Amino acid sequence: MKTRVSIKVNGVTQEHEVEPRTLLVHFLRDHCKLTGTHVGCETTLCGACTILMDGKAVKSCTVLAVQADGAEVTTIEGIARDGKLHPVQEGFWECHGLQCGYCTPGMIICSIELLQRNPKPTRKEIAHGLEGNLCRCTGYSHIIDAVQHAAKKIAKAK
Amino acid sequence: MAARKSKPNGYVGRSIKRVEDPRLIKGVATYVDDLTLPGMLHMMVLRSPYAHAKINDIKTGAARELAGVVGVFTGADLNDKCGLVPCAALAPDQKAPKHTCLAGDRVYFVGHPVAVVVATDRYVARDALDLIEVDYDPLPVVVDPEKAIQADSPLTHPDLGTNVAFKWTLASGDLDRAFKEADRVIKARMVHQRLIPMAIEPRGCVASWHAGELSLTLWTSTQIPHLVRTLLPAMIGVPENKIRVVAPEVGGGYGSKLNLYAEEALVSHLAQRLNAPVKWIESRRENASATIHGRDQIGEYEVAVKKDGTLLGIRSHTIADIGAYNQLLTPAIPTLTGSMLSGCYKFKALRMDITGVYTNKMSTDAYRGAGRPEATYSIERLMDTVADELGIDRVKLRQKNFPKPTEFPFNTVTGLTYDSGNYQGALRKAQELAQYDKLIKQRDTARKHGRIFGVGLSTYVEICALGPSKMMSAGGWEWGCVRIEMSGKVTVITGTTPHGQGQETSFAQLAADKLGVPMEDIVVMRGDTAVAHYGRDTYGSRATVIGGTAILMCIDKIIAKAKQLAAHQLKAKEKDVIFKDGRFFAKGKPKNALTLQTLAAESYVAKNIPKNWEPGLEASSFFEPPNCTYPFGTHIVAVEIDRDTGVVEIVKYVAVDDCGPQINPLLVEGQVQGGIAHSLGQCLFEQCVYDENGQLLTGEFMDYAMPRAKDIPDYILGHTVTPSPSNPMGIKGVGEAGTIGATPAIANAVIDALAPFGVKHLDLPFTPEKVWRAMKDHQKQEPATSTTVTGVDVRRGRVKLPVA
Repeated sequence: MKTRVSIKVNGVTQEHEVEPRTLLVHFLRDHCKLTGTHVGCETTLCGACTILMDGKAVKSCTVLAVQADGAEVTTIEGIARDGKLHPVQEGFWECHGLQCGYCTPGMIICSIELLQRNPKPTRKEIAHGLEGNLCRCTGYSHIIDAVQHAAKKIAKAK
Repeated sequence: MAARKSKPNGYVGRSIKRVEDPRLIKGVATYVDDLTLPGMLHMMVLRSPYAHAKINDIKTGAARELAGVVGVFTGADLNDKCGLVPCAALAPDQKAPKHTCLAGDRVYFVGHPVAVVVATDRYVARDALDLIEVDYDPLPVVVDPEKAIQADSPLTHPDLGTNVAFKWTLASGDLDRAFKEADRVIKARMVHQRLIPMAIEPRGCVASWHAGELSLTLWTSTQIPHLVRTLLPAMIGVPENKIRVVAPEVGGGYGSKLNLYAEEALVSHLAQRLNAPVKWIESRRENASATIHGRDQIGEYEVAVKKDGTLLGIRSHTIADIGAYNQLLTPAIPTLTGSMLSGCYKFKALRMDITGVYTNKMSTDAYRGAGRPEATYSIERLMDTVADELGIDRVKLRQKNFPKPTEFPFNTVTGLTYDSGNYQGALRKAQELAQYDKLIKQRDTARKHGRIFGVGLSTYVEICALGPSKMMSAGGWEWGCVRIEMSGKVTVITGTTPHGQGQETSFAQLAADKLGVPMEDIVVMRGDTAVAHYGRDTYGSRATVIGGTAILMCIDKIIAKAKQLAAHQLKAKEKDVIFKDGRFFAKGKPKNALTLQTLAAESYVAKNIPKNWEPGLEASSFFEPPNCTYPFGTHIVAVEIDRDTGVVEIVKYVAVDDCGPQINPLLVEGQVQGGIAHSLGQCLFEQCVYDENGQLLTGEFMDYAMPRAKDIPDYILGHTVTPSPSNPMGIKGVGEAGTIGATPAIANAVIDALAPFGVKHLDLPFTPEKVWRAMKDHQKQEPATSTTVTGVDVRRGRVKLPVA
């Protein structure tokens, strides 16, 4: 038995017939062909699959696609606008906030939500805010640099 | 952020942001699981829930009948066509079990592959696994490697008749004399706990069989596509020149993807057998249970020392738990521990006896540092123990036993030749950055106020740039190719396989400077055996040193060849042609110059070329390094422990690493910080735990605790520069330095903090419970100064002093 699910992904309505047990991350990757969202653990622990759902950072490996029916979702592919990188993406690039890049989409999405809630976070607040996202390459220090870099850039632009 | 050093001229030495990043930060990079091929099928693996059991029967009928299932295969169906998982490092006379891709009539560890399902959809394949019925008879399990070598132990592999896989000895110097001449013999026992590498991208692979060409393409999340291509033919019967292996974007390796795994052969075989592309993506639980583990040694150590602190001899009996099977390099890893056991110090004699032991667990193999972290941890903990026992300052003890900078190349007691070094210099620099004397005073003051504060250091040396071919079973050279395209753009192809290290950037920096062209004109290609025909890939902190040198050799050849063409066109003598900043001109006539771009176009159009001159501007090279490199450094750490909870907080972290000249300091910093984080995990949280039945208790991120952003201290990083004579750039490699230097520094700091309680040693990890219990157990020995402070209740909370 399949169910029709309609989710607005990066501004485009995506309607697909899926099994009710289909995970949101597989809806995005397999049905919408948006493979920038990664799967690292399937247990909500690593954060590689983090997306924005109705503006909130959500781990898409433990949300069913049917639960997201009618929602607005932003994935890493929808972060840059008109070919211009988001300040958080720029921060990760400038500060070497990534190595293998696998956790990066989730880290970037989570950082964007963090800066929306707290535009001037301290290093401690950034570290706390990213606690749900694992990175095995960078040792996090450059990631924290990246988020601070982005915060300054966003503040300057205002 | 630390200020970035930059040189105005040239790319090398500058902190340039990575060229590989845009695709990664936009989410448009291609990892294995992002590949979809027409008609692609999905494989899932049924794994053993038992550590040791006899398989009586496997019923696959129900699974086969499930709609969407294409096939179900057991060992009986395919082990004869899908050969043995290879080990390239078996010790002489080593008894080794046959490592078939799927279990035969027994399983030997939890996670052992028993059967595979292939289906049109991954959800269906997963459903089908639940429909396979396996009738197991559980058998006695071997978990503890020390018990495993006792006569009454059950056997991991009963057919081998022993749990001892190999015995390996490294002995040099007159050890008896060293111990006879010693004033003191200091003894210690240390457990190097088993760790799980846990790359955030699990393993995965896609195989596609080309029925017309009878050839195979395998995309796999690996550090070693070239070695996979070399080794796969013996398993699946397809010749090497009919196999293309691609490592697309790889989401972390740390040694865990320096292997050839059963699943890579299984998808390759099944793609051929079913004539359809087959994909397998590992789950996190599979990754924890069936991708290699690291460390897992238990060592007894004795150091012979004069009372003035002069080191004489060291001996160790070490048991290395290698798990149930030998993966690619399993037996070689503990031997690296032996080779590096003497660390930065002069010893007269050494003996290390290693017993490799089979247990019913996943194999151990190379995990970041691969044998060296165990050596460095051992010797650096021993140095602190010796200093403590003799009442000598631990810094002075180290300095006393360092070789002097003038003694390099330095021949170690273990038979290695350390290429270059200035251990005193790195130590001095780290002490300056840490304000070491002030830090010690701060510790002493903190103690007087009842706080539990410790300072530790490690002075480390590691072995990198593996290595000369005589040391490596499959050769230790590296290959590269550079092509000046007809347009003047430059294509650099490396046989190394970067997966986060950033060589698409650092090799472009090297090539741009050497060729005098903008970095933007250079593309670095890697990770595809159809493009980079040969290579020895990425591990052992080798890629930039050996692979980078191969690129420079190619460019030397190209410049020499371009000079011939320039001489012809400028009507000058070849020896009079000068190459500078991307331009070729005759001596004394710099205005009449030909650019590299012009010459490249001419070389392919080939109308105006010297007689008998081979068209094109392309060269390839193999670099065979004359020696390994030996980076070194000093890490200094201060920790504070919460008396009520046992939580260890790192309050200061200083690392000074010497990896020779740095091509891109930003990338070096990233490697060092990332490496330290692995150590921090080992020191404070991480431990792979099997229970007495061989069940893996740490099979998810919920149970296997890795560092998160909040656990990381602010780093103070510095470096000294001591070039290596083993390559033209003088570089040494840095991928594993953090992990090798940091573990003993953190450990020494924690033990220093606990010293007032009388604690001499604790094995890692320093979990809050372990530390709290250590404090509680030693409470009686606690000196009065730490409990009586006027006006401060030391039992409740800590009084924070400003950290220098």
